[in-house]
Amino acid sequence: MTTAAVRDRAGVPASGRRRAARRRDTLTGYAFVAPNMLLMGLFLFVPIAFAIQLSLQDTQGFGDPEWIGLGNYARMAADPIFWQSLGNTLVFTAITVPIELAGGLALAVLLNSGLPASGVFRTLIVLPLVISGVASGMIAVTIFSQGSGIINKALVSLGLSPVAWQSDGTAAFVSVMITAIWLRIGFNMVIYLAGLQSISPELYEAARIDNANRWQLFRYITVPLVGPSTFFLLIMNVIASFQVFDVVFVMTGGGPGYATSVLGTYAYRNGFQIREQGYGAAIGVVILVITLIFTYVQWRASRTRDLVE
Amino acid sequence: MTSTVTSGDALAPPAASPLKRRRGGRNGSRAGRTVRLVLAIIVSAIVFFPLYWMVVIAFSPRGEVFQPGGVRLWPSTFSVENFESVFARFPVAEWFVNSVVIGIFVTVLTVAVNLLAGYAFARIPFAGRNILFLLALSTMMIPVQAIMVAQFRLVVDLQIYGTYWSVILPGAAAAFGIFLARQFFLAIPQELIEAAQIDGAGPVRTFVRIVLPLSKPLIAVLTLLTLLGSWNDFAWPLIALKDNALFTLPIGLLFLKGQSTPDYSASMALALVSVLPMVILFLAFQRYFIQGFARSGIR
Repeated sequence: MTTAAVRDRAGVPASGRRRAARRRDTLTGYAFVAPNMLLMGLFLFVPIAFAIQLSLQDTQGFGDPEWIGLGNYARMAADPIFWQSLGNTLVFTAITVPIELAGGLALAVLLNSGLPASGVFRTLIVLPLVISGVASGMIAVTIFSQGSGIINKALVSLGLSPVAWQSDGTAAFVSVMITAIWLRIGFNMVIYLAGLQSISPELYEAARIDNANRWQLFRYITVPLVGPSTFFLLIMNVIASFQVFDVVFVMTGGGPGYATSVLGTYAYRNGFQIREQGYGAAIGVVILVITLIFTYVQWRASRTRDLVE
Repeated sequence: MTSTVTSGDALAPPAASPLKRRRGGRNGSRAGRTVRLVLAIIVSAIVFFPLYWMVVIAFSPRGEVFQPGGVRLWPSTFSVENFESVFARFPVAEWFVNSVVIGIFVTVLTVAVNLLAGYAFARIPFAGRNILFLLALSTMMIPVQAIMVAQFRLVVDLQIYGTYWSVILPGAAAAFGIFLARQFFLAIPQELIEAAQIDGAGPVRTFVRIVLPLSKPLIAVLTLLTLLGSWNDFAWPLIALKDNALFTLPIGLLFLKGQSTPDYSASMALALVSVLPMVILFLAFQRYFIQGFARSGIR
């Protein structure tokens, strides 16, 4: 500020100059954020408002929409397929997320324990992360195929009976969850590896002097201290699970019947396959609301949140 | 493969007095170490197997692995007929070009606007900054399913439905990069920016001449992650693109599956074509990739 005062040859009072500087900052700030805000406003916020409006209408494609108030939501409450899709989404989340978290942490600890060639192992485990959901789904189809997939071929050649991956609802659901876990576990591992790196080795050293065994080291040092990573991963994994679409859509399309139908595929089905756009939008709004509630509750409940932000 | 080794080291625990400690651990558990090594090999093999299997199917003679009979873990003969078949029957080259063009446009646009916004949120004190930042943050919660019908109507109204722009513009409306950028810019010493300002540089000049040259790692991470996201994006392009010749690779892949008699051998050849660029990119820049992912978690 002293420099500014000295340079102020016009003799404008410092406060006026500061106000001018602030105004200039504000203008510059808005100019810098404007392109991003315009894109997000147009393609995210406008569609949300529009989606809420659509969800209050009965509309099939391009015909004249009819206002039906909460009709779509009432219909949802009475729609067994919606409830099945919601239930499937919850089951999917409740099963895949803990496995992704625990598996990611286990792999991170394993690869952080000074194994030779751990870089190679890490590369192999993270690699699925760069594969698209469609390609993963297609690969999974060839692996889980009922008649000619490699798993069933292997089972048969071992003298076991093949699994009905396509025609049995539970088996189909299991194959989808395995694929989703395969896709995501590397991400969890990477975040946990970074989290492990932030733990001071002296803590382990001190605990070892106190005769802590390997499990106690893990339970009382590693798990609490990767808390911020767990918090972040929990939110990311749950959000991804609630919005799961690609893998299910490609592998089973929600079938057989509606055995693997999730909210994402059911919203797509209504919005684009049977052209119940208002109803599809309403299901989308429900996904958004559940996501927001979960994130908010997690954020409020987490004791580690101040460590994250 | 040097990058693998260095990045492995980068994520290893800090090695303060490592020799003593490691030797101590080793003496206690040579068997444990072997068990862990075997475990790591098994897990990596399982995780890698689907990708290996894709390559095997792609290079096997047509339909070979799907014939009844026992398990065959490698091609009887190395064959490229699946590639010939899929390139002959479908506009794969066009799909590839579409993915590249859309990927480049989305990435350049996204990275540019995210860098600008991230810098403003980190370094320019302006009225309403916090509320706007919160608003941007909230967009990361929006699932594509919630807005896809509305977005579809919007691109129809904007008369860009079925064009590249219908994928590019919504694709660039992303907030993820803002956070990475903001965090990175917060770490740049304030003195550097003040020095530039004292020398008479305006904010744009400071940004372009001082800040950007320091931001190469950030730009690399943002570019890789955005390109990856765009390349693999599926739900929205499926909705926004109608013309077969304008499909991206994932949509083309799905199109193949939807044929009356799905040709899985050809599908795996196309899958390989679609994942190979990102796998190569990943192997070449995995340090940046992994740092990008890790940082996005830790902030």
